[in-house]
Amino acid sequence: MDKIGVLVTHKPLPYLEQELTRRGCRLFRLWESPESCRLEFCRENSSEIRAIVGNSNFGADAATIDALPKLEIVASFSVGLDKVDLPKCKERGIRVTNTPDVLTDDVADLAIGLTISVMRRIPSADKYARSGAWKKGEYTLTTRFSGKRVGILGLGRIGLAIAKRAEAFDCPISYYSRSEKPHPNYTYYSTPVDLASNCDILVVACALTEETRHIVNRAVIDALGPKGVLINIGRGPHVDEPELVAALVEGRLGGAGLDVFENEPHVPEELFALDNVVLVPHVASATIETRTAMADLVLGNLEAHFLKKPLLTAVV
Amino acid sequence: MNILSESEQIPIAMESLGVLVTYPLFPYLEQELLRRGCHLLRLYHSPETNHLAFLRANASSICAVVCDTHVGADAAMIDALPGLEIVSTFSVGVDKVDLVKCKERGVRVTNTPDVLTDDVADLAIGLAIAVLRKLPAADRFVRKGAWKTGGYPLTTKFSGKRVGILGLGRIGLAIAQRAEAFNCPISYHSRSRKPHPNYKYYPSPLDLASNCDILVVSCALTDETRLIINRAVIDALGPQGVLINIGRGHHVDESELVSALVEGRLGGAGLDVFENEPDIPEELFQLDNVVMTPHVGSDTVETSMAMADLVIANLEAHVIGRPLLTPVV
Repeated sequence: MDKIGVLVTHKPLPYLEQELTRRGCRLFRLWESPESCRLEFCRENSSEIRAIVGNSNFGADAATIDALPKLEIVASFSVGLDKVDLPKCKERGIRVTNTPDVLTDDVADLAIGLTISVMRRIPSADKYARSGAWKKGEYTLTTRFSGKRVGILGLGRIGLAIAKRAEAFDCPISYYSRSEKPHPNYTYYSTPVDLASNCDILVVACALTEETRHIVNRAVIDALGPKGVLINIGRGPHVDEPELVAALVEGRLGGAGLDVFENEPHVPEELFALDNVVLVPHVASATIETRTAMADLVLGNLEAHFLKKPLLTAVV
Repeated sequence: MNILSESEQIPIAMESLGVLVTYPLFPYLEQELLRRGCHLLRLYHSPETNHLAFLRANASSICAVVCDTHVGADAAMIDALPGLEIVSTFSVGVDKVDLVKCKERGVRVTNTPDVLTDDVADLAIGLAIAVLRKLPAADRFVRKGAWKTGGYPLTTKFSGKRVGILGLGRIGLAIAQRAEAFNCPISYHSRSRKPHPNYKYYPSPLDLASNCDILVVSCALTDETRLIINRAVIDALGPQGVLINIGRGHHVDESELVSALVEGRLGGAGLDVFENEPDIPEELFQLDNVVMTPHVGSDTVETSMAMADLVIANLEAHVIGRPLLTPVV
């Protein structure tokens, strides 16, 4: 990979930056340019840039791809590819890789962790304990997690890993997915509203596509109801955020655990006062172990491409 | 001949039963005891210094004690109540009931096992993920607007970490079952080896702590297990290790725990219980690798109702001469 020009769209994991440099790559740090200058930066360096390392915030959109005639491969530091213009890449013959499997456990752990944290109000109880309020009275009763019906939107790698964990808590599992899967223990529902009407905890674990944008809309939120809990470890745009906020503030939805938002890093401030909501800053795969494994996969894919070997985790 | 059917008998069996209540009851439990005609004597209405006097003054009425983890039934109380027949604790832990004295006096004791097992196990796992993934700290980070200026630092993975359980009873087993779904290798220490081929037994708490990443306290509090988590065990767990305590505050040498956490000699802790509740050592408040909950292990509506039903069913069984449902003594 000596002297290969790599456009890095976001501030990378130090280990990844180190390894790319060690292999002789020439790094072009897009995130260091102000947003308005980024296309210009790409054009200025287009004769050298043959690879992009993108992530869930900034991938490779049509304009960026157009500005880079020598681009051969986009290696995304994420499993989600909603920020990569896949049809454009296909058209141009540009390979695209992502980081599936290595992050499945972390994301599933976060989904379960958020669920227990919402239902048992762990962050709120922790705040109560730290404030000294316990000296004046007991914390309020919360609601049990074990045995609650868990509905999963999208039964891919992550959805299945969530199901496996929830089963250990005796949670009946149901799901919605583009097609029914061969899982006799899991109940299939043919629409998101049916799924939401028949579960206590709804988890968003599908890819973001045109079909799944706002899949959690007012109707789904109403079906989930005042005792229902929404867990979003997918993408912010999966959910109609203003509807979600209104439902939570008005008590029409029982609670939510959210790792993603429509306009990160902005989080609707109306949620800050609520004890039945847990908010985390897009950390589903953000452990040192998983980010290192993701970096290894990005490096492995780039190396394979430039050595003309089969890619490890190609999507296009 | 009794003209009432058995189902009509039961509700009136507890009428006028004198019940000493040591601490404010879960409202549903109080309601149900009153509905059955029990005569409730509320110890907590008296200041602590007056308790013995209150007991003696009401001794002739008191046949039963309903207590909990806050105020139990100690030797002095039992001695002051010659008419006492049964102690029903609203908890599974019986460390606040003088079992030896009860046995001596022929006083029955019941607790609330099983109905709370799931909730306590859920909290143990919830605390473990919350500590390793720093969920409360990340939530605070978002709420104070810090995400706008930068990301939250990387944390550490829960799945696959070695989970060591102190005490493999109902709760310990429920924790193991859950942790297995996260591919966590399970090990344990207990008074005796159990028939679980998948779970590795260690003959001492120190061995267990040296060989796991997350150590969960889920044994009963007895003279033997008091301070079972001492300096040596904390050192063995080490700077990447995490302690989860859903047992009793007295299982842990709290001042050793606090200094280990403050000095970074222990990686983190999830604590639902403390040596001197409701006091929590304030040095812990600055730490992002510690999650604290105010003894909420079984505090869900569903479980509280099930525990209340069990207390009532045990009292009823005693009064009508049927076998107790969950006797300890």
